[in-house]
Amino acid sequence: MTISIDPQKTNNESLQPKGWLRYFSFSLDHKVIGIQYLVCGFLFYLIGGTLASAIRIELASPMSDFMPRDVYNQVLTLHGTIMIFLWIVPVVNGAFGNYLIPFYVGARDMAFPRLNAVAFWLIPPSGLMLVASYFVDGAAQAGWTAYPPLSITTPQSGQIIWILSVLLLGGSSIFGGINFIATIIKLRRPGLKLMQLPMYCWAMLGTSLLVVLSTPVLAGTLILLSFDIIAKTGFFNPVLGGNVVVYQHLFWFYSHPAVYIMVLPAFGLVSEILPVHARKPLFGYTTMVFSIMGIVVLGLVVWAHHMFTSGTPPWMRLFFTIATAFIAVPTGIKFFNWVATLWGGKISINSAMLFSCGFIINFVFGGITGVALAQVPFDIHVHDTYFVVAHFHYIVYGGTVFIIFSSIYHWFPKVAGKMLNEKLGILHFIITFIGFNLCFAPQHWLGLNGMPRRVAEYDPQFQFVNQISSLGALLMAMSTIPFLINVFLSVRNGKDAGDNPWNALTPEWLTSSPPPVENWEGEAPLVEEPYGYGKEFSEQK
Amino acid sequence: MTTLDSSKEIQKNNSEVNETHEDFRMFGLITFLIADGMTFAGFFAAYLTYKAVNPLPDGAIYELELPIPTLNTILLLVSSATFHKAGKALLKDKNSDSQKWLFFTAFLGIIFLICQLFEYFHLPFGLTDNLFASTFYALTGFHGLHVTLGTLMILIITWQSRINGGRLNSQNMFPLEAVELYWHFVDGIWVILFIILYLL
Repeated sequence: MTISIDPQKTNNESLQPKGWLRYFSFSLDHKVIGIQYLVCGFLFYLIGGTLASAIRIELASPMSDFMPRDVYNQVLTLHGTIMIFLWIVPVVNGAFGNYLIPFYVGARDMAFPRLNAVAFWLIPPSGLMLVASYFVDGAAQAGWTAYPPLSITTPQSGQIIWILSVLLLGGSSIFGGINFIATIIKLRRPGLKLMQLPMYCWAMLGTSLLVVLSTPVLAGTLILLSFDIIAKTGFFNPVLGGNVVVYQHLFWFYSHPAVYIMVLPAFGLVSEILPVHARKPLFGYTTMVFSIMGIVVLGLVVWAHHMFTSGTPPWMRLFFTIATAFIAVPTGIKFFNWVATLWGGKISINSAMLFSCGFIINFVFGGITGVALAQVPFDIHVHDTYFVVAHFHYIVYGGTVFIIFSSIYHWFPKVAGKMLNEKLGILHFIITFIGFNLCFAPQHWLGLNGMPRRVAEYDPQFQFVNQISSLGALLMAMSTIPFLINVFLSVRNGKDAGDNPWNALTPEWLTSSPPPVENWEGEAPLVEEPYGYGKEFSEQK
Repeated sequence: MTTLDSSKEIQKNNSEVNETHEDFRMFGLITFLIADGMTFAGFFAAYLTYKAVNPLPDGAIYELELPIPTLNTILLLVSSATFHKAGKALLKDKNSDSQKWLFFTAFLGIIFLICQLFEYFHLPFGLTDNLFASTFYALTGFHGLHVTLGTLMILIITWQSRINGGRLNSQNMFPLEAVELYWHFVDGIWVILFIILYLL
């Protein structure tokens, strides 16, 4: 059965508010929803960043003198939850996915526009609820992992609000995932083959599969946890005959794929950005596709490498070590492909390119420590130390957040029709890159020497290195200032971007900037070679 | 339009103005049901792990009576068949027949829920008695929630398939097909649940 689109019926866009007001409305336009995701996510990033600064101020001295210990626990829990569920996941999936995927598949909107708007509008209330839980009876204190029995014994109201909030955000994520799968598989423009899609579509397809398969398990787990807290059942409470390790298995069955949910879209975005600014085709398209799908499959069977110290039996340790080490193969393929894309290219050194290169450097480092952490003897030594903190910040900040900024520099001209200021952009990159590495590289040393994570107080011998780390955090906090000034100035009186300032070939650049409501004036263009760079030069000769 | 002369790379197909697309609502629903099924899979995995590694305290009662759940299994299987009948009747434009079958399906769903509640009230253990009891109530309760939602949706489409003014007819079958797929899914989950929880 086919559905024909009745122009009078679909033109309910005319009923939507115009101008900036539409960003506060239940708009069905995928571009508006994408911007809503991005701005909402960025506001939560500022909150989460403030909390991170508070953590680093506290850790600048060995005693807990900046805030009480329980407040430190709340700050740390809120920081983790906000950054993961309200900044990275919504932005790298929701914001860029909603904005770009319909362009890439040659559609006028997402497959289910209403579901899309619902998915977004679940986020602000649940985020506000999470932040507000601090003022009720103190926020949750059990970290973003909410391991029982800690999450059962800490004050109830904060933990319950945390669970409700994460359930809503998980629902939003699942709705988004269903929408992306349907859009990419079913809504492709006639004539556009799967293997002609820009790489970001493949990354989002893989990510959405992970979302659909693993997020519901987290939802079920959190429902059981809330039973333990409210109804005093004993699912995860050893005192009542329960089993805490079951919680850890179920939790990491979601939360390890969640790492790929955060990082695979970034892989896709960097695959879009590098070819444009290096003027070369993306190297190894097919291997890229297969390595994404390989990461999806392997990503579902490595979760217990987070639990090597939870009494996992030896056969399980062996299996999960090997499976985790295997993930390095597809990831490595992707890195070689990106480096090969840059190799011999006509590289423009601009903010988008710099952030992408920063991503490659940081992520390789985070990937290497990841493989190291997969080895049981090493992992047991550094488990729950600052080595782990350093590792995952190299993945999620050095990896994904760098790509979020890179993407903002790359697509801002399309979204706003104005160029961003390059000088401020490069300044932003330099401060971020130095600050980030200054903040997190020393933490590897701290972890190897045995400084535990999630504790407000530490051995005074670690003070100097912690202060270096806090200095880096200060630089990272400051790096937001040139970025905000840049966006503010450029939206007001930036240079006009034109339709295609980067001379890019992917479909979103073939329409006006900013794009019209249904993306194209006429029919959607058929882009068979989204990375056909270099040909224009050979043909000009 | 573009600063790059991209006419060679981008072939615009102006002849065919394509403003129709496939109906992918069912595809979206199937994706959702896979997600929903994963929630159950998580519960089942937790239950089976508990069964394998967590011994119950001495004197814990975990024997279940079989008659009511067997009756419930039959009720749900029959209701799946009657739902199928309703779809066939609607396809032949026999709206009132379809309504009868739908109503009968909803009735079976309600009987199922009543039997479930009856079982709850006569079980020798409560929610917090032991790990088995908690898991039992969580699993059957979560499934019962699905049956409740399904029954409500069946009642809604029964109303919608009325002859005059209803939006359900042989041209617009989607709401019925969607609820039918959901109902079969809930039915299938019950069969797995029955095997794992009562028979194993």
